[in-house]
Amino acid sequence: MAADALLAVKDLRVEFATRQGTLVAVDGVSLTIAPGEVLGVVGESGAGKSLTGAAVIGLIDPPGRIGAGEVWLGGRRIDNLPPEGLRRVRGREIGAVFQDPLTSLNPLYTIGRQLTETMMTHLKLSSSATRKRALDLLAEVGIPAPKRRFDHYPHQFSGGMRQRVVIALALAANPKLIIADEPTTALDVSIQAQIIALLKRLCREHGTAVMLITHDMGVIAETADRVAVMYAGRIAEVGPVADVIHRPQHPYTQGLMGSIPSIIAEREELAQIEGSMPRLTAIPAGCAFHPRCPHAFDRCRRERPELMAAGRTRAACWLVA
Amino acid sequence: MIKSALNVVTVEPRDEMAGETAAPLVELVDVARHFDVSPPWLNRVLEGKGRAVLKAVDGVSLAIASGETLGLVGESGCGKSTVARLIVGLYRPTRGEIRYAGRRIDVDGARHAARREMQMIFQDPYASLNPRWRVADIVAEPLRAAPADGRPARAAIGERVGSLLEQVGLVAADGAKFPHQFSGGQRQRISIARALAGSPRFLVCDEPTSALDVSVQAQVLNLMRRLQRELGLTLLFISHNLAVVHHIANRVGVMYLGRMVETAPTKALFAEPQHPYTRMLLEAVPDLALTGKPRTAVAGEVPNPLDPPAGCAFHPRCPYANERCRREVPVLKPVRRAAGILGEAACHAVQEKRLGSTVVTQMTMRDPG
Repeated sequence: MAADALLAVKDLRVEFATRQGTLVAVDGVSLTIAPGEVLGVVGESGAGKSLTGAAVIGLIDPPGRIGAGEVWLGGRRIDNLPPEGLRRVRGREIGAVFQDPLTSLNPLYTIGRQLTETMMTHLKLSSSATRKRALDLLAEVGIPAPKRRFDHYPHQFSGGMRQRVVIALALAANPKLIIADEPTTALDVSIQAQIIALLKRLCREHGTAVMLITHDMGVIAETADRVAVMYAGRIAEVGPVADVIHRPQHPYTQGLMGSIPSIIAEREELAQIEGSMPRLTAIPAGCAFHPRCPHAFDRCRRERPELMAAGRTRAACWLVA
Repeated sequence: MIKSALNVVTVEPRDEMAGETAAPLVELVDVARHFDVSPPWLNRVLEGKGRAVLKAVDGVSLAIASGETLGLVGESGCGKSTVARLIVGLYRPTRGEIRYAGRRIDVDGARHAARREMQMIFQDPYASLNPRWRVADIVAEPLRAAPADGRPARAAIGERVGSLLEQVGLVAADGAKFPHQFSGGQRQRISIARALAGSPRFLVCDEPTSALDVSVQAQVLNLMRRLQRELGLTLLFISHNLAVVHHIANRVGVMYLGRMVETAPTKALFAEPQHPYTRMLLEAVPDLALTGKPRTAVAGEVPNPLDPPAGCAFHPRCPYANERCRREVPVLKPVRRAAGILGEAACHAVQEKRLGSTVVTQMTMRDPG
């Protein structure tokens, strides 16, 4: 694991205690993000990508809990901080952008108040400096007429504009890392393009690293530097974005890429992965993908593969061993 | 009645797609659907508020040929789902005519016979299946609802349900289970089996794969393509996902704020988009092949449909808009592409040849922020 990583997640395990026993939703995930880097985390529903993001930011709700593993941010371990310490890290050092901007904003407060409150909590600024910085931020994220909009409530904004406000909030305290969980999923394509361009530009200018969690490979392709593909709670493959997309090594990644319809390529039939992702209650032994894998052999059914160097990526697959 | 249905086979084909010489199976002529969204009477009186009318669909004409898949794309609120609901009769048009096999179906009494030949598949496979019914009953419902003379015998229904389930990639024994025992993709297969039960000729699919994961979406899309080929179905396929429409449709219609702005055979539309809105949409779609390409975003948002701009509804966002666009509503006219005259676009700039056919990258604007 790189020593200069901004974020280092080591052997993370997120589990849920239920009456039927303990369900493991994230199982032994390790990843790093360098300063200023955009790491895409993709996977289908239930792959554990959102929980990985929530674990980093300390937002796993009971009955879920971090069962094992460590989260290091800028050389400091943050997963074992007391709630108050974690609250300070959240917002100050890690910003968050979620899918639905309406639920991330308080409907009873003006957006100006929400912005200034965030800054007052985390930064030592005078109230006039706070207001000025809030207005600057709103202008920076592309809100027209920020002075007038400052006193508006969330419901007075459109979906795209609300997501811009949420991004302004995430950036308010100048964090080093932003966790963006499906930030464009609720938006129309043209607005989605605007938000992606904005997120990319701001992170470049502020040197902010991003963990971009999404199910949309297209968004990842255009935004991320590296990408981690998750399947059934584990990382199936991780590597530079171009390599994972164009030269995938793991059969799951290969199937996933082939199943995405394109507006450019002409395909008679989409590649098809038979079956669906296993439920948490019934994760197969060995490699979790083996029942759906066209290349599975005996070892896959018995022994669980760890990430191994394969081509220019790392894949958890016995084929590349 | 039956005679007239067979007689209207002399409508000109819309474009030069191979095999598209038959009369349209479904035809919409200047169809509009307005919704009254006025505040309550008391508020209008006390607060002096006026009536408000939402023109969800405002003058859409389209024709779907037999055996064709027409894709309908557009962003939320453009009226694509309203068009679907108008066709299957869930809404009545405010204006215009809807014809099925040459006969009007938008008037009372006429809808019934045609309705048996059309079915709808909805987006959410969780909401569209009754959780208290067994799958076999869900799939058999259209058969049992058929009029007495055409209804199959009880034993035949069971057999037919089994073969329908197998046709969509499930097993006959799944009929005894309840919907909650299936995953999202399997439920959408059940919806498809139910839609196919009455042997329809025409399927309306409203975002059928939007709630599914990509690998499951691929399974469902492959299934729908296969079934269409095997059964000779005609499809109206509605989606906000351009890549999905590109994959499944023969012809595509692009809607913006209640109007059709461009229609063309799929290949022509994606190769040479004409209307500035279509160009913008295609630019905005993230695609795997474009790794590292800087993404061009388009300024502005869809305007409030309660108060649409005068003239061309797209003019506030269009870099090519001029005085005429702000005044005059453009109508669909045939356009010339490299491959010949293919498709139609409703744009003054295209019709006046103010913009060439391949200027996509020049016209899109950067994110304003």
